[in-house]
Amino acid sequence: MIPLWAAGMDVKRAWRSLYWLFCQFELITCSYLMEPWEKVLFYSFNLAVLGLLFYTAYACLAAQLGSAFQLLGSFLGSPRHNALAVVK
Amino acid sequence: MIISICEIRPEREGWDHNFSVPLFQKNGVSNGTLNKKAFIEHFEQAPMYVAVFTFVGFAVGTIFGYLRDFMRAWGLEKRNIAAEREQQKDFVPLYQDFENFYTRNLYLRIRDNWNRPICSVPGPQFDLMERVTDDYNWTFRFTGRTIKNVINMGSYNYLGFAETDVNALKTVTIELEKYGTGVCSTRQEMGTLDKHVELEKLVAKFLGVEDAMVFGMGFATNSMNIPALVGKGCLILSDELNHTSLVLGARLSGATIRIFKHNNMQSLEKLLRDAIVYGQPRTHRAWRKIIILVEGIYSMEGSIVRLPEIVSLKNKYKAYLYLDEAHSIGAVGATGRGVVEYFGMSPDDVDVLMGTFTKSFGAAGGYIAGKKGLVDFLRTHSHSAVYATSMCPPVAEQIIRAMKCLMGLDGTTQGKVRQLEKNTRYFRRKLHEMGFIIYGNDDSPVVPLLLYMPGKIGAFARRMLERNIGVVVVGFPATPITESRARFCVSAAHTREMLDTVSTADILPKLTSGAKEAGRNCAPLNLNNSFLHLFLWPFHLIFKGI
Repeated sequence: MIPLWAAGMDVKRAWRSLYWLFCQFELITCSYLMEPWEKVLFYSFNLAVLGLLFYTAYACLAAQLGSAFQLLGSFLGSPRHNALAVVK
Repeated sequence: MIISICEIRPEREGWDHNFSVPLFQKNGVSNGTLNKKAFIEHFEQAPMYVAVFTFVGFAVGTIFGYLRDFMRAWGLEKRNIAAEREQQKDFVPLYQDFENFYTRNLYLRIRDNWNRPICSVPGPQFDLMERVTDDYNWTFRFTGRTIKNVINMGSYNYLGFAETDVNALKTVTIELEKYGTGVCSTRQEMGTLDKHVELEKLVAKFLGVEDAMVFGMGFATNSMNIPALVGKGCLILSDELNHTSLVLGARLSGATIRIFKHNNMQSLEKLLRDAIVYGQPRTHRAWRKIIILVEGIYSMEGSIVRLPEIVSLKNKYKAYLYLDEAHSIGAVGATGRGVVEYFGMSPDDVDVLMGTFTKSFGAAGGYIAGKKGLVDFLRTHSHSAVYATSMCPPVAEQIIRAMKCLMGLDGTTQGKVRQLEKNTRYFRRKLHEMGFIIYGNDDSPVVPLLLYMPGKIGAFARRMLERNIGVVVVGFPATPITESRARFCVSAAHTREMLDTVSTADILPKLTSGAKEAGRNCAPLNLNNSFLHLFLWPFHLIFKGI
């Protein structure tokens, strides 16, 4: 098994490389040069966009994956239920 | 990478074929084999993602710039910058063009990296006055402390003559006590001292020409003498990346100016042919004079001029050549005599040799050298001779002592030029091995390290200062907007430890964009025959076009 101190070192290295990535992000987007309030604005905008992206991906993917599994299931026998079917 | 082999003429035994001067006076053998090397220049293109990131950085900066401008215009933020008065609101706006926008919103954020006052001699190490800002670079104040022994990678001190050693400056102090500091006159009135005559004779002997004239200021040498040499009806062919002094001199002269691509002989030849064939614009008369303005070493690129090719072109098309050796005199060539010696050519090939004493001689001022007729003409017709104060005597003595040291007339050997060559090669090789993108010729002591992104300009300079290394970073408008860089000036006075400290600073791999950034290997995209070119051509345009 990995000894505890080696596991700790790996975690530390992971954090350090994450921090390095964050520094690179700061440099590339000039947020290194911004005043604190500008940074807050910029990061919150970025996080909002990212959040929207994830939600869209989730919503889209969920629907698509659902219908993909239904198709798979229809090959195996069970008939397809369209979640959006109009109930007559 | 551009490689070309320059033709070197064989040497005659015992005499230096270039200058017809006995070898012992030149203080060293102008070794033919030393100059028989390939002309290697690097202008490596960065990988495509670098261009994308640079674009992103500028886009974010621009958006925030507009935001701040909006806030200032609507009074949400205090206005510190110059703005039109209320009464002039309906006039044509003064501060709305891009350069002002750039200054207000991008330059100002990193303004603390320039105009840093120093308080010691700019030798290999120097002292900086500590300066802080409380309101994000709008105003500065000095704390009163000095940052001591900062390694100097920004001063043009190529041969290390910027020194305060009492023994070295003995003759200078003697002359200072004899003449004082002021000349209080122009050359044509009562400002020609015997020191100037002695210096001019020495410069002429050093360069191997008939005569030379010295001026008090290097910038003024170019800007005041080019108008004396050319006028209306003449054609000036100037390199794309020429220094502002050359550009100013060319514009002041009133001649027609045509620009050829940097160090590009095909472009120059095309311009020459068109000039000869079509003549002046409307009348189609022959041009009165065609003069080619080039520099020995270009300080922003680190590239060396292709002198043999330019000289052959000029001889073929009967044009004149004006060579500005501001950065190359003393710094290249086997004995420090500039690019003319570097390529093994004769100084008779160049019509007007110009140079400055600011960079390699630790003084101030410039010179123009060439045939006696040319220099005599300039003595009477140059604006600088008629109106500008002449060089002050202690500075002239400093140049005399530096030149005598270079020529070996005071018994010293050719140590400084050799040391500079070694330092240059070592530093460039080290940075190349680490994978950074360095521009310029392998022999030029000016080393531009490309940074590209605007955020990195500020970060690089600040973090280097935290590690006690002073560098000069350059961005727009001195360089193309997407190619900002840090420029190192290697000096003969730097020790190997200093160069090691600089090249192994942990900032370098963290902050620069090279082919091997942070140890990873990325192959650059070859845009010329890549399918992706179809989609990425806007970035390509921005990256290469500006």
